[in-house]
Amino acid sequence: MSGTFVGMPAFPEAAHEAVNNPTLRANLRHATHTIRAKRAVAVSELDDWAALREAGKQIKDHTLRHLDRYLVQLEESVTAAGGVVHWAADADEANRIVVELVRATGESEVVKVKSMATQEIGLNEALEAAGIRAYETDLAELIVQLGKDRPSHILVPAIHRNRGEIRDIFAREMSEWGRPAPEGLTDTPAELAEAARLHLREKFLRAKVGVSGANFMVAETGTMMVVESEGNGRMCLTLPETLISVVGIEKTVPTWQDLEVFLQTLPRSSTAERMNPYTSMWTGTTDSDTADGPRTFHLVLIDNGRTDTLADEVGRQALRCIRCSACLNVCPVYERAGGHAYGSVYPGPIGAILSPQLRGTESEIDASLPYASSLCGACYDVCPVAIDIPEVLVHLRERIAEGGQVTRKGNKVVLKPAKGHAAERAAMRAARWAFGHPGALRTGQRLASRTRRFHPRTLPGPGRAWSDTRDLPAVPAEPFRDWWQRTRGGKDVPK
Amino acid sequence: MSSRELILGRVRRALADVPRDDTPYEQAVPRGYLREHGDRSVAETVDLLAENLADYRAIVHRCAAGELAATVAGLLAAHGSASVVVPAGLDETWLAATEVTRVPDRAEDTSAELDRVDSVVTGCAVAIAETGTLVLDGGPDQGRRRITLVPDHHICVVRVPGQVVSSVPQALERLDPARPLTWISGPSATSDIELDRVEGVHGPRTLEVVLVSGG
Repeated sequence: MSGTFVGMPAFPEAAHEAVNNPTLRANLRHATHTIRAKRAVAVSELDDWAALREAGKQIKDHTLRHLDRYLVQLEESVTAAGGVVHWAADADEANRIVVELVRATGESEVVKVKSMATQEIGLNEALEAAGIRAYETDLAELIVQLGKDRPSHILVPAIHRNRGEIRDIFAREMSEWGRPAPEGLTDTPAELAEAARLHLREKFLRAKVGVSGANFMVAETGTMMVVESEGNGRMCLTLPETLISVVGIEKTVPTWQDLEVFLQTLPRSSTAERMNPYTSMWTGTTDSDTADGPRTFHLVLIDNGRTDTLADEVGRQALRCIRCSACLNVCPVYERAGGHAYGSVYPGPIGAILSPQLRGTESEIDASLPYASSLCGACYDVCPVAIDIPEVLVHLRERIAEGGQVTRKGNKVVLKPAKGHAAERAAMRAARWAFGHPGALRTGQRLASRTRRFHPRTLPGPGRAWSDTRDLPAVPAEPFRDWWQRTRGGKDVPK
Repeated sequence: MSSRELILGRVRRALADVPRDDTPYEQAVPRGYLREHGDRSVAETVDLLAENLADYRAIVHRCAAGELAATVAGLLAAHGSASVVVPAGLDETWLAATEVTRVPDRAEDTSAELDRVDSVVTGCAVAIAETGTLVLDGGPDQGRRRITLVPDHHICVVRVPGQVVSSVPQALERLDPARPLTWISGPSATSDIELDRVEGVHGPRTLEVVLVSGG
């Protein structure tokens, strides 16, 4: 994925910093709790939510199970409608294709509608290296770009910034990129939005090339769909002469009718609205006599680790994700650690299973992500396509601790057990043995209870990594089983 | 080997576990969800559309077909508009009562020229009551996508009950995917600053919907 996050510390260190930042925690708490409550109301309006969720899950699963067929069909449909389809095996290839397409237009700037895929591949940096300036036009992305910052949420990338911080960024940075912020800009959201409107409008009106992602691609018809709120998406998709859409292969759905499911579940899960303010759908390009929108349309289909994820029968369900971010907003770990700690454009619970699969688990941050969870299951409950995130987290933890066969860049490789998990493996082996030998377990528990005054606060040796970030549970004065035998479950205890 | 063949090859190898006779699409996708939510009369569906449009800060007006020209003229005057974009196939009688300068929707006009126009008046393809959504499909009375985007004031006329459906599934049935489609639910809005909803960022800041009956 993007070079932006190279050198990121593993999750525990990054999270430690975030947890000790009271402004960040307050911003995150306010935002996640607000949207969480609103989402529950929006979902409760649909009494067939469970059926919609099941349909969404099955549509995506079916598509993934026959992805080769649907990708070929999609390519045919887009081509027949006047679009040009490109295939990119990895981030470098995708960036190279987009740079060449922009160069062919003779332009040196592009307007961009927010897109997770282009962030994932680090497209802005690649364009900049090629002398092409990319303007992010979503308000939150603009805040992130002007602040030389990184996004920390899938839906609300500047969720970690409050209005005062945003005002300061606008006042300081806007003039570097174009129209400066108005004199005397205050921190009211309406004024800040107005400043963004003025700043970006001059860019929209002169833009010749637009770059987007897509929320869905319909194989049957070749239709692309983008949902948004501000109208910046419509600007990027409609005004330029050339439109380049960079989309992950997993965004395919088989039929036009399938959109009826996701147009109901996606807005309610993400922004907690009945419907997002704007949805644009386009199919190739229109005839020149009725010309509406770009005259040239390019679709860049990217793999970048998706086929490797597809090869994992447990982990492939992560590819059902429709990027609604509901799982972030309910996650107790995300709420405290913030999005940056995940070291990826995909933060939160979905990021914890998606990033290590797309990128592999070689780096310290990726190996730590499956542990960035309390396994409480709230993410699974809210997921509109029923991704069992806890199941995949446990599956990835096992792979990291025990090693095993995985697919990397299309080839099967055998992972060695990760370093630093030797103590965990030994402890698990010991536990397995102890639970299989009840006599030994009882003796051990009694011994632990009697010596409890001498127990250290932290574990020695390899166990120290574990106890550094946790309080050791106090050993009770008497093992549970002894207490039960003595009191018959509390019945004999005098009141 | 091309990247296309590379990726398709990887996909096929990744799916080695999927049996050849896997459940076909028609059976794999359960369609047990509802075609519409709730049991409403036609009039109640139109009321729900008005309610949901207003809930997302569109300004809703209702009138009979004979009052439409006066209503549109009144809205343009109240907004202080001096010019209005007109799609090629808009019913001329809708603008019969206003003197405001008409700007035709022409492919050769630049975005900057469009930016100087005050308002736009369009029809729509279909309106969805449950979500408060207007869908434009580029038909003759709606024009190109950009004319409902660049001007700051959009007046959209919906024929009720003929153009109103209850739900998203019913709307998709009526639409042609080959046309460029724009779904609009309230005016442009953002919630990117502390999740406070602010109307009007890049699209029109004012969306007025005229529900016209008996047309």
